[in-house]
Amino acid sequence: MTDGMENDHGMPRKVAIICSKGSLDMAYPGLILANAARMMGIEAMVFFTFWGLDIITEKKVDKLKAGMVGNPSAPLPHMLAGLPGMESFATSMMKKKIQGLDIPDIRELLETLDAAETDLYACKMAMDMFGLERDDLVPEVKDVIGAMDFFQHAEGAQTFFI
Amino acid sequence: MAEKNYAGVTVAVDADGFLEDPSLWTREIAEGIAEELGMTLTDRHWVVLEFIRKDAVDQGEPPGVRRITKLTDVSMKEIYKLFPKGPGILASKLAGYGKPQGCV
Repeated sequence: MTDGMENDHGMPRKVAIICSKGSLDMAYPGLILANAARMMGIEAMVFFTFWGLDIITEKKVDKLKAGMVGNPSAPLPHMLAGLPGMESFATSMMKKKIQGLDIPDIRELLETLDAAETDLYACKMAMDMFGLERDDLVPEVKDVIGAMDFFQHAEGAQTFFI
Repeated sequence: MAEKNYAGVTVAVDADGFLEDPSLWTREIAEGIAEELGMTLTDRHWVVLEFIRKDAVDQGEPPGVRRITKLTDVSMKEIYKLFPKGPGILASKLAGYGKPQGCV
Protein backbone atom coordinates (compact mmCIF):
# COMPACT_ATOMS: atom_id res chain seq x y z
CA MET A 1 0.00 0.00 0.00
CA THR A 2 2.81 2.42 0.78
CA ASP A 3 4.95 1.92 -2.26
CA GLY A 4 3.41 3.39 -5.37
CA MET A 5 -0.06 4.79 -4.70
CA GLU A 6 -2.26 3.21 -7.32
CA ASN A 7 -6.01 2.69 -7.59
CA ASP A 8 -7.71 -0.58 -8.53
CA HIS A 9 -7.09 0.10 -12.20
CA GLY A 10 -3.35 0.47 -11.76
CA MET A 11 -3.54 4.25 -12.26
CA PRO A 12 -1.88 6.68 -9.83
CA ARG A 13 -4.24 7.65 -7.01
CA LYS A 14 -5.47 11.22 -7.12
CA VAL A 15 -7.73 13.47 -5.04
CA ALA A 16 -9.54 16.65 -6.09
CA ILE A 17 -10.80 18.89 -3.31
CA ILE A 18 -13.29 21.71 -3.86
CA CYS A 19 -13.12 24.47 -1.23
CA SER A 20 -16.30 26.54 -1.47
CA LYS A 21 -16.30 28.19 1.97
CA GLY A 22 -13.99 30.87 3.29
CA SER A 23 -14.21 30.51 7.06
CA LEU A 24 -11.25 29.31 9.08
CA ASP A 25 -13.07 26.15 10.13
CA MET A 26 -13.91 25.30 6.51
CA ALA A 27 -10.46 26.19 5.16
CA TYR A 28 -8.53 23.73 7.32
CA PRO A 29 -10.28 20.45 6.41
CA GLY A 30 -9.69 20.81 2.66
CA LEU A 31 -6.10 21.94 2.94
CA ILE A 32 -5.17 19.36 5.57
CA LEU A 33 -6.71 16.57 3.47
CA ALA A 34 -4.84 17.71 0.36
CA ASN A 35 -1.60 17.83 2.32
CA ALA A 36 -2.22 14.40 3.86
CA ALA A 37 -2.76 12.99 0.37
CA ARG A 38 0.56 14.42 -0.80
CA MET A 39 2.37 13.07 2.26
CA MET A 40 1.11 9.61 1.26
CA GLY A 41 2.25 10.03 -2.31
CA ILE A 42 -1.26 10.60 -3.68
CA GLU A 43 -1.61 13.32 -6.34
CA ALA A 44 -3.74 16.23 -5.13
CA MET A 45 -5.46 19.30 -6.54
CA VAL A 46 -7.59 21.94 -4.82
CA PHE A 47 -10.22 24.04 -6.60
CA PHE A 48 -11.25 27.23 -4.78
CA THR A 49 -14.67 28.57 -5.68
CA PHE A 50 -17.16 31.09 -4.27
CA TRP A 51 -16.24 32.02 -0.68
CA GLY A 52 -13.43 29.50 -0.86
CA LEU A 53 -11.58 32.12 -2.90
CA ASP A 54 -10.99 34.01 0.37
CA ILE A 55 -8.51 31.27 1.32
CA ILE A 56 -6.25 32.19 -1.60
CA THR A 57 -6.96 35.94 -1.75
CA GLU A 58 -3.84 37.83 -0.65
CA LYS A 59 -5.77 40.39 1.42
CA LYS A 60 -7.93 37.80 3.18
CA VAL A 61 -5.83 34.68 3.72
CA ASP A 62 -4.42 35.86 7.06
CA LYS A 63 -7.78 37.19 8.26
CA LEU A 64 -10.14 34.22 7.85
CA LYS A 65 -12.71 34.07 10.61
CA ALA A 66 -14.21 31.16 12.53
CA GLY A 67 -17.82 30.82 11.34
CA MET A 68 -20.18 31.16 14.32
CA VAL A 69 -23.50 32.37 12.92
CA GLY A 70 -25.56 29.52 11.50
CA ASN A 71 -23.14 27.00 12.99
CA PRO A 72 -25.08 24.62 15.27
CA SER A 73 -21.79 23.52 16.84
CA ALA A 74 -20.78 27.04 17.85
CA PRO A 75 -19.68 26.87 21.48
CA LEU A 76 -22.01 29.69 22.57
CA PRO A 77 -25.77 30.38 22.53
CA HIS A 78 -26.94 31.03 19.01
CA MET A 79 -28.53 34.35 19.95
CA LEU A 80 -25.14 35.69 21.00
CA ALA A 81 -23.17 34.42 18.01
CA GLY A 82 -24.13 37.38 15.85
CA LEU A 83 -23.32 40.06 18.40
CA PRO A 84 -20.50 42.48 17.53
CA GLY A 85 -17.09 41.14 18.50
CA MET A 86 -18.22 37.53 18.93
CA GLU A 87 -16.76 36.31 15.66
CA SER A 88 -13.41 37.97 16.35
CA PHE A 89 -13.39 36.51 19.83
CA ALA A 90 -14.13 33.00 18.57
CA THR A 91 -11.52 33.40 15.84
CA SER A 92 -8.78 34.43 18.23
CA MET A 93 -9.65 31.53 20.54
CA MET A 94 -9.45 29.10 17.65
CA LYS A 95 -6.17 30.56 16.40
CA LYS A 96 -4.64 30.27 19.86
CA LYS A 97 -5.70 26.67 20.08
CA ILE A 98 -4.27 25.96 16.63
CA GLN A 99 -0.95 27.61 17.51
CA GLY A 100 -0.79 25.71 20.79
CA LEU A 101 -1.09 22.43 18.91
CA ASP A 102 1.61 23.53 16.48
CA ILE A 103 -0.74 23.30 13.49
CA PRO A 104 0.43 25.55 10.62
CA ASP A 105 -1.58 28.67 9.78
CA ILE A 106 -3.42 28.83 6.45
CA ARG A 107 -0.67 30.72 4.64
CA GLU A 108 1.94 28.18 5.69
CA LEU A 109 -0.37 25.35 4.60
CA LEU A 110 -0.68 26.93 1.14
CA GLU A 111 3.11 27.24 0.91
CA THR A 112 3.47 23.62 2.04
CA LEU A 113 0.98 22.43 -0.58
CA ASP A 114 2.86 24.36 -3.24
CA ALA A 115 6.21 22.87 -2.18
CA ALA A 116 4.55 19.44 -2.30
CA GLU A 117 3.44 20.14 -5.88
CA THR A 118 -0.27 20.25 -5.18
CA ASP A 119 -2.13 22.03 -7.98
CA LEU A 120 -4.10 24.97 -6.61
CA TYR A 121 -6.76 26.38 -8.94
CA ALA A 122 -9.06 29.40 -8.64
CA CYS A 123 -12.56 29.35 -10.13
CA LYS A 124 -12.88 31.74 -13.08
CA MET A 125 -16.59 32.43 -12.64
CA ALA A 126 -16.32 33.19 -8.93
CA MET A 127 -13.33 35.46 -9.63
CA ASP A 128 -15.45 37.42 -12.11
CA MET A 129 -18.34 37.60 -9.65
CA PHE A 130 -16.15 39.02 -6.90
CA GLY A 131 -14.19 41.27 -9.26
CA LEU A 132 -10.89 39.56 -8.49
CA GLU A 133 -7.82 39.54 -10.73
CA ARG A 134 -4.98 37.01 -10.83
CA ASP A 135 -2.79 39.54 -8.97
CA ASP A 136 -5.22 39.54 -6.05
CA LEU A 137 -4.42 35.87 -5.37
CA VAL A 138 -1.50 34.34 -3.49
CA PRO A 139 1.40 33.30 -5.76
CA GLU A 140 0.95 29.58 -4.99
CA VAL A 141 -2.16 29.46 -7.21
CA LYS A 142 -1.25 27.62 -10.40
CA ASP A 143 -4.06 28.80 -12.65
CA VAL A 144 -7.53 30.31 -12.95
CA ILE A 145 -9.82 27.75 -14.54
CA GLY A 146 -13.47 27.11 -15.41
CA ALA A 147 -15.74 24.33 -14.17
CA MET A 148 -15.17 22.24 -17.29
CA ASP A 149 -11.41 22.55 -16.90
CA PHE A 150 -11.87 21.33 -13.34
CA PHE A 151 -13.41 18.09 -14.59
CA GLN A 152 -10.62 17.66 -17.07
CA HIS A 153 -7.95 18.06 -14.38
CA ALA A 154 -9.91 15.92 -11.91
CA GLU A 155 -10.28 12.93 -14.19
CA GLY A 156 -9.99 9.71 -12.21
CA ALA A 157 -9.70 11.58 -8.89
CA GLN A 158 -11.62 11.00 -5.69
CA THR A 159 -13.48 14.27 -5.27
CA PHE A 160 -14.38 16.05 -2.02
CA PHE A 161 -16.69 19.06 -1.78
CA ILE A 162 -16.15 21.25 1.25
CA MET B 1 2.63 -11.85 11.35
CA ALA B 2 4.65 -11.35 8.19
CA GLU B 3 8.40 -11.56 8.11
CA LYS B 4 10.97 -9.99 5.84
CA ASN B 5 14.62 -10.66 5.30
CA TYR B 6 16.84 -7.64 4.89
CA ALA B 7 20.62 -7.95 4.64
CA GLY B 8 20.51 -11.45 6.12
CA VAL B 9 18.38 -10.46 9.11
CA THR B 10 14.79 -11.66 9.46
CA VAL B 11 12.43 -9.10 11.02
CA ALA B 12 8.69 -9.07 11.73
CA VAL B 13 6.70 -6.50 9.73
CA ASP B 14 3.04 -5.45 9.77
CA ALA B 15 0.60 -5.77 6.85
CA ASP B 16 2.02 -2.62 5.22
CA GLY B 17 5.63 -3.66 5.63
CA PHE B 18 6.51 -1.47 8.63
CA LEU B 19 8.93 -2.98 11.14
CA GLU B 20 7.10 -4.30 14.20
CA ASP B 21 10.05 -3.55 16.48
CA PRO B 22 11.94 -0.32 15.71
CA SER B 23 14.77 -1.37 18.01
CA LEU B 24 15.79 -4.10 15.55
CA TRP B 25 16.43 -1.46 12.85
CA THR B 26 19.90 -1.11 11.34
CA ARG B 27 21.24 0.99 8.46
CA GLU B 28 21.49 -2.23 6.45
CA ILE B 29 17.77 -2.88 6.98
CA ALA B 30 17.03 0.66 5.76
CA GLU B 31 19.11 -0.05 2.65
CA GLY B 32 17.13 -3.27 2.16
CA ILE B 33 13.76 -1.53 2.46
CA ALA B 34 14.99 1.18 0.06
CA GLU B 35 16.02 -1.42 -2.49
CA GLU B 36 12.57 -3.00 -2.22
CA LEU B 37 11.04 0.44 -2.88
CA GLY B 38 13.33 1.01 -5.84
CA MET B 39 15.18 3.83 -4.07
CA THR B 40 18.84 4.58 -3.51
CA LEU B 41 19.58 6.31 -0.22
CA THR B 42 21.79 9.38 -0.46
CA ASP B 43 23.40 11.50 2.28
CA ARG B 44 20.31 13.73 2.19
CA HIS B 45 17.99 10.77 2.80
CA TRP B 46 20.19 9.89 5.76
CA VAL B 47 19.78 13.39 7.24
CA VAL B 48 16.03 12.67 7.35
CA LEU B 49 16.32 9.08 8.57
CA GLU B 50 18.81 9.90 11.32
CA PHE B 51 16.60 12.75 12.51
CA ILE B 52 13.58 10.41 12.65
CA ARG B 53 15.55 7.84 14.65
CA LYS B 54 16.63 10.44 17.19
CA ASP B 55 13.34 12.35 17.36
CA ALA B 56 11.20 9.22 17.73
CA VAL B 57 13.25 8.21 20.79
CA ASP B 58 12.99 11.72 22.29
CA GLN B 59 9.28 12.19 21.55
CA GLY B 60 8.02 8.63 21.83
CA GLU B 61 6.59 8.72 18.29
CA PRO B 62 7.96 9.24 14.79
CA PRO B 63 7.83 12.86 13.54
CA GLY B 64 5.55 14.11 10.74
CA VAL B 65 6.81 15.78 7.58
CA ARG B 66 6.39 19.32 8.93
CA ARG B 67 8.41 18.58 12.05
CA ILE B 68 11.20 17.01 9.98
CA THR B 69 11.43 20.06 7.72
CA LYS B 70 11.32 22.47 10.69
CA LEU B 71 14.08 20.75 12.64
CA THR B 72 16.49 19.72 9.86
CA ASP B 73 17.93 21.67 6.93
CA VAL B 74 15.80 19.60 4.53
CA SER B 75 13.14 21.87 3.01
CA MET B 76 9.57 20.87 2.19
CA LYS B 77 10.45 20.94 -1.51
CA GLU B 78 13.51 18.75 -1.03
CA ILE B 79 11.79 16.14 1.12
CA TYR B 80 9.28 15.55 -1.70
CA LYS B 81 12.17 15.17 -4.13
CA LEU B 82 13.84 12.67 -1.79
CA PHE B 83 10.66 10.66 -1.21
CA PRO B 84 8.50 11.26 -4.28
CA LYS B 85 6.16 8.41 -3.39
CA GLY B 86 5.19 10.13 -0.15
CA PRO B 87 7.56 11.45 2.55
CA GLY B 88 4.86 11.10 5.23
CA ILE B 89 5.01 7.36 5.45
CA LEU B 90 8.05 6.29 3.45
CA ALA B 91 10.60 8.20 5.54
CA SER B 92 9.18 6.68 8.70
CA LYS B 93 9.10 3.21 7.16
CA LEU B 94 12.74 3.46 6.07
CA ALA B 95 13.67 4.62 9.58
CA GLY B 96 12.07 1.51 11.04
CA TYR B 97 9.03 3.18 12.58
CA GLY B 98 5.28 2.97 11.92
CA LYS B 99 3.13 5.63 10.26
CA PRO B 100 3.30 9.02 11.99
CA GLN B 101 -0.04 9.75 13.70
CA GLY B 102 -0.05 13.52 13.18
CA CYS B 103 -1.83 15.16 10.23
CA VAL B 104 0.95 17.54 9.21
